Amino acid sequence: MLKATLLKRRDGFTLRAQLEAPTPGVVALFGRSGCGKTTLVNLISGLLEPDEGRVEINGTVLTDTQAGVSVPVEKRRVGYVFQDARLFPHLSVLANLRYGEKRATAAARVVVFDEVIALLGIQPLLRRRPHQLSGGERQRVALGRALLSQPALLLLDEPLAALDAARREEVLPYLEALRDRLSIPMVYVSHQFDEVLRLATHVVLMEAGNVIAQGSLMEVSLRPQLRAIVGPESVGAVLDGRVARVEANLTDLQVGEGVLRISLKEARAGAPVRVQVLARDVIIATQPPHGLSVRNALEGTITGLVDEQYDDAVLVTVDIGGATLLSRVTREAVAALSLRPSLRVWALVKAVSTRGHAFALGPAQGS
Amino acid sequence: MIGSITPGEMEALRLSLEVASRSVLFSLPLAVLVAWVLTRAHFPGRTVLDAFVHLPLVLPPVAVGYVLLILFGSHGPLGSWLRRHLGIELAFSTAGAALATAVMTFPIMVRAIRIALETVDRGLEAAARTLGAGPLDRFFTITLPLMLPGILAGAVTAFAAGLGEFGAVITFAANIPGVTRTLPLALYTEMQSPSGDLPAARLATISIALGLLGLVLSELLARRVRRLLGR
Repeated sequence: MLKATLLKRRDGFTLRAQLEAPTPGVVALFGRSGCGKTTLVNLISGLLEPDEGRVEINGTVLTDTQAGVSVPVEKRRVGYVFQDARLFPHLSVLANLRYGEKRATAAARVVVFDEVIALLGIQPLLRRRPHQLSGGERQRVALGRALLSQPALLLLDEPLAALDAARREEVLPYLEALRDRLSIPMVYVSHQFDEVLRLATHVVLMEAGNVIAQGSLMEVSLRPQLRAIVGPESVGAVLDGRVARVEANLTDLQVGEGVLRISLKEARAGAPVRVQVLARDVIIATQPPHGLSVRNALEGTITGLVDEQYDDAVLVTVDIGGATLLSRVTREAVAALSLRPSLRVWALVKAVSTRGHAFALGPAQGS
Repeated sequence: MIGSITPGEMEALRLSLEVASRSVLFSLPLAVLVAWVLTRAHFPGRTVLDAFVHLPLVLPPVAVGYVLLILFGSHGPLGSWLRRHLGIELAFSTAGAALATAVMTFPIMVRAIRIALETVDRGLEAAARTLGAGPLDRFFTITLPLMLPGILAGAVTAFAAGLGEFGAVITFAANIPGVTRTLPLALYTEMQSPSGDLPAARLATISIALGLLGLVLSELLARRVRRLLGR
């Protein structure tokens, strides 16, 4: 368990955060730029001292202002991957990687050098100097350096923010691999929801120095607070399921009691998969549909209707049995179909609308 | 006659090099410490220390030599202590010339090192901290290597300036052939003699050549270090 209760005031900005997340796993701190995400990770790392508060990781107290406890940064065993990599320019890649490893206590050594090198694909870079690396390579080395310091907690402060789209795609799979192969708890700061979607197991939403919502990604994806940050077009239920059947480019995903057919290649039966079903892609029917091309007609019950105060739209929550979908419909449709809570409905989802919104959560196929 | 260097000139040249090297060698660690304190430490007397370090820049060199003579002369408080306990006699010796040079060039060195320290990215030190490096460890493995170009620049400039230090040296260590008669002192001596026109011109030429060589070398060195640091 990672627990933190922190208060920090500075230059007219107040951070007041309380978070509790299961470990191991990836806690995503998500919010707009300037909402206090970096301040929060700096407080956890100890690089910044809180005015009041307490930080605890798996039972070890790192900070407790009431008890006067503040473990020095260098003794915290908190790995930190900075947005700007911060590789030491006067040392080779190899020496950078060994810097933290050499200083870790022997008892703490769990992460093995060769394993990290292989996992991050940085073998060919070892003899180079940091200035000879591309942005993506730099972040991979920074990641390796932090891992080899044998951290009890890994903090990643927007490690992809300085990279272009292609470089981001180059580094993301490595981060997924870390999450799936190593059991090091991670705190991942981002203002890009697609990164959160791919990596997070637990999400903490922040706004103006406050935590406004937190929970599993599935829970948080249904919260109205998220819409305010990602914008109405990106609202959609996130579902974690298991692959039931694979058929060419289509995959049947067991989600709660229902089966959702999605567009995902190279899935493996039984593998955990996450899919985001955008609210705008879900159609509501009050009768079982016939003669439609749509691949998914999930029977369920309306559990809520929220007027979005935007574009005459209403957000409908549908319980499909152990999982929840969000659908955006017009006010006119709500009136015409007299949609109301506890009404029996069918949620229609085109399989192709999920393309690019589904991600494997476990180790990739064949490894 | 123009082609070969006379033994007297050779001696002055050797002494200048020796005095300047010893002065740099002894003052360098202290300069790094003082630069660090002035940049990073916050304490009440900082401004006073800063002013004190820079004092030789604004004082007449003769005054610096005079103060050194009062303090380190054989009857001075520090001088008599050094003689009694360590058997060191500074006044009128080569070491004394080096001390006078060190005091005069100290501000130059501190200034260069301070600028170097200010340009060190504190983010890298923070990164080293998260990787388990304590304060001294961080200083020697991250801060100091990153300051190296500035330290080298400071040392080379101080060395070059030290080759020509005159006022403080002649006041504190006098003008003794083979002991404290460095290039500028030899040049001055020749200028006082009626037949010294040519020797003075030769010594001036040597000084100019030496200065040029030093500046070129320091630039080459700085380039090499910058490349090593990937800048």
